[in-house]
Amino acid sequence: MSEKVLMKGNEAIAEAAISAGCLYFFGYPITPQTEVAEYMARRLPKVGGLCLQAESEVAAINMLMGASSAGTRAMTSSSSPGISLKSEGISYIAGCDLPCLIVNVQRGGPGLGGIQPSQQDYYQATRGVGHGDLRLIVLAPSSVQEMASLTAEAFDLADTYRMPAMLLADGALGQMMEPVDFSVFPKRELPEKTWATNGTKGKRKKNIVNSLFIEPDKLEQSILARYERYAKVEAEEVRFEEVMTEDADIVLVAFGITARIAKSAIAEARKAGVKAGLLRPITLWPFPKKRLNELADTAKAFLSVEMSMGQMVDDVRLAVNGKRPVSFFGRTGGMIPSVEEVTAEIMKIGESL
Amino acid sequence: MKTVFDRPAALSDVPLHYCPGCTHGIVHRLVAETIDELGILDNTVGIAPVGCSVFAYNYFECDMIEAAHGRAPAVATGVKRTHPDTVVFTYQGDGDLAAIGTAETVHAATRGENITVIFINNCIYGMTGGQMAPTTIPGQVTTTSPYGRKRNVQGSPIRVCEMLSTLDGVALAARVTVDCPKNIIQAKKMIKKAFQNQLDKKGFSIIEVLSTCPTNWGLSPKDALQWLRDNMIPYYPLGVYKDGEALRDDPAENGQ
Amino acid sequence: MTTTFIFAGSGGQGIQFSGKQMAKTGMHLGKNVTFLPSYGPEMRGGTSNCTVVVSDGEIGSPSVSSPDVLVAMNLPSFDKFEPKIAKGGTLFCDSTLVDKKSAREDIKAVYVPATGLANEHDLMGFANVIMLGAILKNTGIFGIEEFEEFLVGSIPPSRAALIEKNKKALRLGWEL
Repeated sequence: MSEKVLMKGNEAIAEAAISAGCLYFFGYPITPQTEVAEYMARRLPKVGGLCLQAESEVAAINMLMGASSAGTRAMTSSSSPGISLKSEGISYIAGCDLPCLIVNVQRGGPGLGGIQPSQQDYYQATRGVGHGDLRLIVLAPSSVQEMASLTAEAFDLADTYRMPAMLLADGALGQMMEPVDFSVFPKRELPEKTWATNGTKGKRKKNIVNSLFIEPDKLEQSILARYERYAKVEAEEVRFEEVMTEDADIVLVAFGITARIAKSAIAEARKAGVKAGLLRPITLWPFPKKRLNELADTAKAFLSVEMSMGQMVDDVRLAVNGKRPVSFFGRTGGMIPSVEEVTAEIMKIGESL
Repeated sequence: MKTVFDRPAALSDVPLHYCPGCTHGIVHRLVAETIDELGILDNTVGIAPVGCSVFAYNYFECDMIEAAHGRAPAVATGVKRTHPDTVVFTYQGDGDLAAIGTAETVHAATRGENITVIFINNCIYGMTGGQMAPTTIPGQVTTTSPYGRKRNVQGSPIRVCEMLSTLDGVALAARVTVDCPKNIIQAKKMIKKAFQNQLDKKGFSIIEVLSTCPTNWGLSPKDALQWLRDNMIPYYPLGVYKDGEALRDDPAENGQ
Repeated sequence: MTTTFIFAGSGGQGIQFSGKQMAKTGMHLGKNVTFLPSYGPEMRGGTSNCTVVVSDGEIGSPSVSSPDVLVAMNLPSFDKFEPKIAKGGTLFCDSTLVDKKSAREDIKAVYVPATGLANEHDLMGFANVIMLGAILKNTGIFGIEEFEEFLVGSIPPSRAALIEKNKKALRLGWEL
């Protein structure tokens, strides 16, 4: 018998966070991620932690900012409309160089949209999750096991680079159940949080957690310093998975739940004689642009498959940089593309090659 | 030589940026004296707002966090809940606390967060240059109520202490001012009580300080103090609106 | 070998429970499994369905348009999903509640009067478990003993009274 437990993606996030030492959760209920908060509310008081339901997403992200300022490993989670509300706080957290985890279990938008899974927040997560020059480390799990392992990893990445990390999941991953093994998450050596505002205890000068720099040259310096760290993240933390790309004529690019559909579709296409492969970005920022550019030397065409009207496809085009044609297939509004639809799209490109 | 007057250790040795006649300086000093007297400088975390006192993080010698506009009570909650042994205070103006941050204020209060809130009410937005505040009194002219605040247009101001005193999480809600030595002494007494309450784990304590803004009111510092006495105190009566302890359940029953 | 299931019916018929038990048994037997529920307001009283994939290999899509096995516990589910069953697949239909027969000749159809049997045998609310017994028997995906072991294992001690009823219902479906 295996050690695995059958668990919902949302619950796997919560359990993994607790095992990664996150004992504080601040959030607000929203479908389809509410199970994260519910799990935390049940479990955290039993392990000496705290799950606090805030009056709003805005308050929740700022409670997280306070906890993180004081040097505590903490998180919040929400779904698309809630992340829009949190975006103010995320910008401040990025501007204050605070590590923390923000989970987005995406649903359809814009506006109230729907509650079914989507990947419509790719731009928001990788480009516009708040005002100003800033980045988040964005991790995209594609199984319940990864909902757990990438949650644990996100905390360590955030601490290592002193920046917020986002787990970008979707309603399907949040709600679906798969076996999870919690026994092995590699741990990193983490820097000490000498910057934390938790009382000087008379042992050091006061710390200030702040994103305000009235003099533009000072503000520029602070941003440049931050971007040096971002460059390091881009150099060292890109993660992706490749499936049958070695001899692929057509390389699909897909993340999250969509990547699994793409995996099934490339297998179908190969049965029909079309050599298709898949590159699955695990980090959406930093994006695996170097590897995609290399693949453009051997593959003949690229197809970005998303649950949106086409957002990541921009990054694929930037990475391929005109070497090969890049096309897009997606469903949106909460619709999950079917294996048949994606296979048909591959076959169509196959005929044109 | 005997020193009879000095800068409190909790107050940084830097020039304050406040306008001449502004009462922020007095209140900063009262807070700093309190921190000194209670011997809590090493263990205090202050949260600065957005508004004129945005640079408060440069003026207090304890650890400081600069929060987004209105969010100081939520940030304070995050610090205090993860580090219950620290002393946490916010320092906020009227726009920060009673307009954009009303929800954060009310909910931190009703949760009975064991923090201290210093609330500067001067009936106007100072930093952005004299716009209407949630506490601008009826008839008062500001750059965004150029014909005077009209109840049928801009609505009525909020009396924060009265409102918060109805909440079970509030231990102390008091309104003071710093227009004369007698009132400054009373203000200090209440500020100290608000910090002592936190050490005694009594719950949310807020001290509203009626303050002046000579620059944006268009008055001399002296006339500004008189305007405060003539217009603000009648609308915002000084006094203690609540003095007790937040209602709480036994921590042993928190599911732990 | 990969088998895909859609379990569908009304809220309260134990649709999600059936799907979860199928996934859980597969997991305990070392297979890869996914369980994808429908979620949202419809979970209360409306239609309820879930998709389960059990595979010896890695599972790609957890979402399935043409299931190998459809379990239709009411008429709307029959109407919606019966045309989608994969060629060579199997339909399990609660014939107490669905008074239609499949006209398809490329699938196998198993009609189980699960709700009626439950009522007759003092097993109200266990029509889904009766159906599970029939599924095991007709698909051979799992043995009844191993399925029963994990079914019993999923029942919390506070509801131990339900163990015997579950066993009885499962056997009833199996022995049809």
